[in-house]
Amino acid sequence: MSLPASILNQDPSAPGADMSRRSFLRTSAVLASGLAALAASLSPLRELDDQLSLERFVQKYYKELTPDEMAQVLKRIEREVEKEYGIRPHVRDLKPMDGVEFVYALNLTRCIGCRKCVHACVEENNQSRTPEIQYIRVLRMPHGSLDIEKAEHNYAPESVPEKGYFYMPVQCQQCKNPPCVKVCPVHATWQETDGITVVDYDWCIGCRYCEAACPYWARRFNFTRPSIPKERINPEMAYLGNRPRRMGVMEKCHFCIQRTRVGRYPACLEVCPAGARKFGNILDPSSEVAYILRTKRVFIQLKEDLGTSPRFFYYFDV
Amino acid sequence: MKRAIHDYLVFLQRCGHIAFVGDWRYYLWMGALSAVCLLGLNAYAKQLAHGLITTGMSDQVSWGVYIANFTFLVGVAAAAVMMVIPVYIYDNEELHDLVIFGELLAVATILMCLAFVTVDLGRPDRFWHLIPGLGQLNFPASMLSWDVIVLNGYLLLNVHICGYLLYCRYRGRKPSKWFYIPFVFVAIGWAVSIHTVTAFLYVGLGGRPFWNSSIVGPRFIASAFTAGPALIILALQIIRHITAYHITDRALLTLRSIVQVSMLINVFLLVNEVFKEFYTGNSEASSQYLYVGLHGYHALVPWIWTAISFNLVAMFLLVLPVSRSLKWLNLTCVLCIAGIWIEKGMGLVIPGFIPTPLGQMVEYSPSLNETLICLGIWAFGLLCYTVFLRMSVPILQGRLSRANEPLPGAAAAGS
Repeated sequence: MSLPASILNQDPSAPGADMSRRSFLRTSAVLASGLAALAASLSPLRELDDQLSLERFVQKYYKELTPDEMAQVLKRIEREVEKEYGIRPHVRDLKPMDGVEFVYALNLTRCIGCRKCVHACVEENNQSRTPEIQYIRVLRMPHGSLDIEKAEHNYAPESVPEKGYFYMPVQCQQCKNPPCVKVCPVHATWQETDGITVVDYDWCIGCRYCEAACPYWARRFNFTRPSIPKERINPEMAYLGNRPRRMGVMEKCHFCIQRTRVGRYPACLEVCPAGARKFGNILDPSSEVAYILRTKRVFIQLKEDLGTSPRFFYYFDV
Repeated sequence: MKRAIHDYLVFLQRCGHIAFVGDWRYYLWMGALSAVCLLGLNAYAKQLAHGLITTGMSDQVSWGVYIANFTFLVGVAAAAVMMVIPVYIYDNEELHDLVIFGELLAVATILMCLAFVTVDLGRPDRFWHLIPGLGQLNFPASMLSWDVIVLNGYLLLNVHICGYLLYCRYRGRKPSKWFYIPFVFVAIGWAVSIHTVTAFLYVGLGGRPFWNSSIVGPRFIASAFTAGPALIILALQIIRHITAYHITDRALLTLRSIVQVSMLINVFLLVNEVFKEFYTGNSEASSQYLYVGLHGYHALVPWIWTAISFNLVAMFLLVLPVSRSLKWLNLTCVLCIAGIWIEKGMGLVIPGFIPTPLGQMVEYSPSLNETLICLGIWAFGLLCYTVFLRMSVPILQGRLSRANEPLPGAAAAGS
């Protein structure tokens, strides 16, 4: 930082009074070229034309929308999706059911590391394909260790499972004490009564503080405009679930809200060829997950010591 | 009342006018800064159009140089009040007028901080969601909401103090103590709070053991009170050189002793941190990655050791009498600033993300577009500070004052 000498030492008395023709022309020329330079530097914004809309700019917070307003918004989203992808979706605002708290249980003895859950999730939840956003990350762990530092993310053998390893899929753990919710500066992410932590994609400001706060690396950011081939759109959508997202906002696993809140299983569970994934209502004593947590001798919560209290349990066939 | 408003508008108008007047060197300097600003603006327009994919950030390393610069600059802004403390608490007359230069620096740096967080947002169009009443500010749970409040509060405080003192000087009035002394004391406490809150932004994340450590807060303050006054020492000499505004060497040496003590504390805390990490032999993965490399990845190792050697050399120079000579003091200040800038950016923000909480190693380096945006914001900050000085130096020297207001303004006021 070096200023040329004496530039700040000017006599401040104003010369303004005698604006001659020449100085007027000179000022105008400087002003015009300045404005031209400004316009030129802002020209990349022209590509945003189709992205701007007053309706979206003033869109209210999810929890403040009246039922009428929500109906309007849902119609608008259906219109927008149809315009962009050429398919009329069915978008719903599904509320949590009373007396339901969802819990996931994953059998580490059974998981074979095939990553079918990863891809079924992408298909189901309308994630961007280029770049591809995935909610589930399958870790290949060396036999005998649960130390995540030893996890291999990019394993690619001819076939799975491999000798000497076990596999541990990690996705949003739907914590009871979620750090991501606490840190969000605008309440754009919160925990619903059925235990699912959701994101209001129309409220998120994209600061990515939640992504830094999550101990499970479960959150994903739309670094650019999501792109999904038209024929791959899943038209069965939920507002807090799998409706298409826009550039610059966070998203994450929401236990397939559009399925589970109408009594279906999450896509990752249905596709699992090994039967390693179990899902259900922990408040219902006759549910499969309640049975598992009652009878299995060992089950673990990932990074239990952090006090996040996940609703996602790993167990073993012992 | 009407009269007072009119007088104030004349003052603003004259200040605004003088910012556009200067010799060719002034135009050259301002023109060059504006050009860099426009380059940065152009890069930001590209980022807005294509998203943050234009940066080097990823889901793995989700904050980069924007937040690193932000963190560093919050420290500089906080340290501006280190000049205020000797003046108002210890009645050090030497620094009295210089306080205004320090606080103007705080204003310029806070503006840069706000720019750096804005460019980091994925949806800057939704900034209004942060405004209490209009949006949904998550206060007090989110440390980011605290940061929004303390930074904007600090900006207002400093704008008020500088603006009031300068306007009084312009009018040739003695400032009324009740109008600024309470604010000065609030600003001193507030300065510590802005950097503490910024430290808590990181410390509050239980899932990131590298940040989730009680030493981060104290280190933030110590390093800020090193780099901030160091920057002011350099800035004051430039002001003295360019404007013939009288600044004594003793004032600079007072600041030197602040830098000296802060640097000693900073290095002491660093030793504590390194000892804790490495003596027991089960050091935390991010620390290993930062200091010695991990699993064959070591992009940050040269950076952190450069920073540490800068800090150590600066510390020795500061405790030796040799740094009483301005030449050596300036070198020392440059080392402090560079060392701490690296330490806050490459040494604190980036390694917190590597490896990821799931143990994945993904490194980060800023993209060209991202770097241009950073340069643009730095140029914008310098532009602001130059304009502030361009207005305030003539006022402090008495060359721009009510007494020499042009006549038409006075006539209009009389009618």
